[in-house]
Amino acid sequence: MAASILQINNLVKHYPSVKAVNGIDITLDKGICFGLLGPNGAGKTTTIEILEGINHPTSGEIFYKGERLGNQFRNEAGIMFQSTALQDFITVRETLEMFSQFYPQQADLNKLILRCNLTEYLDQDNRELSGGQRQRLLLAIALVNDPDIIFLDEPTTGLDPQARRNFWDLINDIKAEGKTIVLTTHYMDEAYMLCDEIAIMDHGKIIAQGTPKSLLEETFNDVILQLPKADLAGYDLTSLMTHNKSTHIEITTCDVNSVISDLIKNNVSLSQLQIRARTLDDLFLELTGKELRA
Amino acid sequence: MSFKRFLALFYTRNKEFMRDRSSLSWNILMPVLIVAGFSFAFSGDIGKKFKVAVANTTNATELAKQFIQLKHIEFYSIDSSEAEINRSITKVQRHQVDMLLDAAKQRYWINTESPNGYLVEKILLGTKQNEFKKQTVTGNQIRYIDWVVPGILSMNMMFSALFGVGFVIVRYRKNGMLKRLKATPITAFEYLSAQIASRIILILLVTAFVFYGTNYFVNFVMNGSHLILFLVFALGALSMISLGLIIAARITSEETAGGLLNLFSWPMMFFSGVWFSLEGAAPVMQNIAEIFPLTHVTTAARAVMIDGAELIDISYHLMILFIQSIVFLFLGSWFFKWE
Repeated sequence: MAASILQINNLVKHYPSVKAVNGIDITLDKGICFGLLGPNGAGKTTTIEILEGINHPTSGEIFYKGERLGNQFRNEAGIMFQSTALQDFITVRETLEMFSQFYPQQADLNKLILRCNLTEYLDQDNRELSGGQRQRLLLAIALVNDPDIIFLDEPTTGLDPQARRNFWDLINDIKAEGKTIVLTTHYMDEAYMLCDEIAIMDHGKIIAQGTPKSLLEETFNDVILQLPKADLAGYDLTSLMTHNKSTHIEITTCDVNSVISDLIKNNVSLSQLQIRARTLDDLFLELTGKELRA
Repeated sequence: MSFKRFLALFYTRNKEFMRDRSSLSWNILMPVLIVAGFSFAFSGDIGKKFKVAVANTTNATELAKQFIQLKHIEFYSIDSSEAEINRSITKVQRHQVDMLLDAAKQRYWINTESPNGYLVEKILLGTKQNEFKKQTVTGNQIRYIDWVVPGILSMNMMFSALFGVGFVIVRYRKNGMLKRLKATPITAFEYLSAQIASRIILILLVTAFVFYGTNYFVNFVMNGSHLILFLVFALGALSMISLGLIIAARITSEETAGGLLNLFSWPMMFFSGVWFSLEGAAPVMQNIAEIFPLTHVTTAARAVMIDGAELIDISYHLMILFIQSIVFLFLGSWFFKWE
């Protein structure tokens, strides 16, 4: 069994008007990528800020390598906030050099620059970076101290698909080095791709926790069939569980063979039939509901 | 306290300031333009208002009372002690005061080289000939521009100190830069001390540049030690940066910070004796001015530059600035929040 790097016991954070975190327990094993998911206002940002040591809990305990959060944690943790302003008039190289001086242990900056694809922008002012370049710089800053644990708060929000995949590759590289990653994201495909374990939060509590695969298996035993609306015209859907989408209809069933047989019997064209397994998106909506959150 | 972390912050902040060309240019150009403007404005034959210091007002003779009641002459009372009379004599020598009158003993001092002194004397003697005993002094004129330069240097320093540190900290708090630093091993003390050190050095460099640059064009009076003046400005900068830290300790809105900084800086600019002497002003105003660090920087700098004051002469002002720095620094650090 892997050693625990972070242990959170009965964490509570109450603000005067809201109970942001309402008693959560998490144990993180060393070397895993842990995803903290949840709708807006679920309490995940408050939780991660407490774990990062920049917010204080109302009650509860956090242990890093068996010790309470302190100087060792600050020296060995790498943190990437969702949005961080950097100093104006300072170049990428100078920013990295400044942050690396804050820590007793430093990563090889040349290797870090290569890994994060920053070579071309080293002498560029922070203000002139694109969204993707900026996120890579923020990741590099999080890695300047060669951290044992890295917190990534919605690291790919606002990036285009290419930049997101590029970022996933970087995170997979870091994972391969055996570093522990705590990731928050609104992208379920990202969580599925990167995380060994996820926890879904809502109303300040963890409502589900485990590997993405095990959670999907525990929650769903059905699949979804998608067919264009026009192909289903005249077919009686009343006995099936369906979702009406804009161009197609989704049929949710545990017995695919029976449904397809019935469709064939009723001369429904299956040329555009798509069958898909349940995803983390489905799990997220199933557990947290579909109402719009603030 | 890690010196390595302090230096990293210090160097980066210096680079940031030096590369911000518009801010740097403004810091240097503004005082030069003000001095140039005043130099031009007071180069003509304008501002003929007579100023007379009066000792022993309460025991004034009837003749002196008649004179003091004259219109269009600014009379202000001074203490009748010998020290105060000597100070006023120096002002007559410097052409800062046109006449010193001892209203009880019917003595007066004028500078024989001062046209204003000559005219005030004629007015006085017109009151009644031969009843007043003439005393004469000599000395080079202190122009208004000589008098105002120490104030302008101090005022420029104040704006740079208050806005250069206070405003920047609020901006970095608002945009999340401070939050990012909080997530590193940096301590609040390391961060604040690096900001203060960086700003003090930059303020002193800019002030030195403005000092010599302005002197090249205006050739103002500098009778004291450059080293003592440097000390006055260094302590003044520390005091006013620390004041900025208190204002910036918790605020997250640049608009609120701007308003508060203006609330502090504008009264200081007007009531610290930068533009006009507080002598003769209402005692309440003089007492309020004592609270402002700018009053002590300006007064001490003026004493060094015009009167050639030594350390002991301005020790009171230096002590006040030192105490204010310690108190402001303590409060600023105490209230400081990263977010």
